[in-house]
Amino acid sequence: MTDLASAPKPNWFSRLAHPGSFMAWSRPIIAPLAVLTALLFVVGLYLAFFRAPLETENVGTTLPILYMHVPNAWLSQFVYGLMFLAAFGTLVWRHPLADVAAKAAAPLGAGFTALALYTGSLWGRPTWGTFWEWDGRMTSTLILLFIYLGIIALWRAFEDQLKAARIVAIVTLVGGIDIPIIKFSVDWWNTLHQPASIVTATGPRMAGAIFLPLILMVLAFTLLFLTLHLSGMRTEILRRRVDSLGRQAAMRAAP
Amino acid sequence: MIDLGPHAVFIVATYLGVALVILGLIVWTVWRARQVRGKLAALEAKGIRRRSEGAA
Repeated sequence: MTDLASAPKPNWFSRLAHPGSFMAWSRPIIAPLAVLTALLFVVGLYLAFFRAPLETENVGTTLPILYMHVPNAWLSQFVYGLMFLAAFGTLVWRHPLADVAAKAAAPLGAGFTALALYTGSLWGRPTWGTFWEWDGRMTSTLILLFIYLGIIALWRAFEDQLKAARIVAIVTLVGGIDIPIIKFSVDWWNTLHQPASIVTATGPRMAGAIFLPLILMVLAFTLLFLTLHLSGMRTEILRRRVDSLGRQAAMRAAP
Repeated sequence: MIDLGPHAVFIVATYLGVALVILGLIVWTVWRARQVRGKLAALEAKGIRRRSEGAA
């Protein structure tokens, strides 16, 4: 028989990721996270519109659109990266919090991807003369939106959420092939979309006055996602609790 | 008023669209959180609790 005292102690990650302790530690940080997010939006937008130049030689007067486009494009891939990691948590460790994290992230990722496409097309019309072009980056980002929508539909297709989690995890891993395609599309098919300009070997290729508000907006949107994601995960855990309590009550009511 | 230049309509449409979707995501998140808390409270009012919180 295994002696409980000699069993390996759970490490810090197992303790944090236990749904019960997750509910305990996530509760007090949501409000401060929301306040910090709002603050970052205010400072970022203030710098963008009242301190930084409103146009550059490079992109002209459409510059303010990029303060919305870049953070959403970043999140469209960041959220998928998180779901990709969660898929490992589901398949390798069968961790319930990984299922919950993946499920809560999908609708948010779809929202940010739709916004990346929307803001991109509004930037493209005055700059390139077209709302849409079947360019490598745009097409692969549209495919990413379809992958998100497919994943959301899969979550809803199964009553048994443990089964859904495993199937969604496999689809998420397969769909992950689109992320490097988006990343390298600008190098492979040199059509309309410009190549990397923020993270390059020689540092950001833009003036500091524009770079600062842009980074603040990226941070603000990322914190917004984290706040909504934490809240969504808590809701999903409570929803599962409601389901199991409902079953418990039904069993008790049965003669 | 800030002069947004000749493409002002595209800039305004961008910010309005983003604000609308973000607001939608926030409202949806808060609404779902409230809904599930309400359901949990209704079950607890009926005396149905988790085993870890003691039998009702």
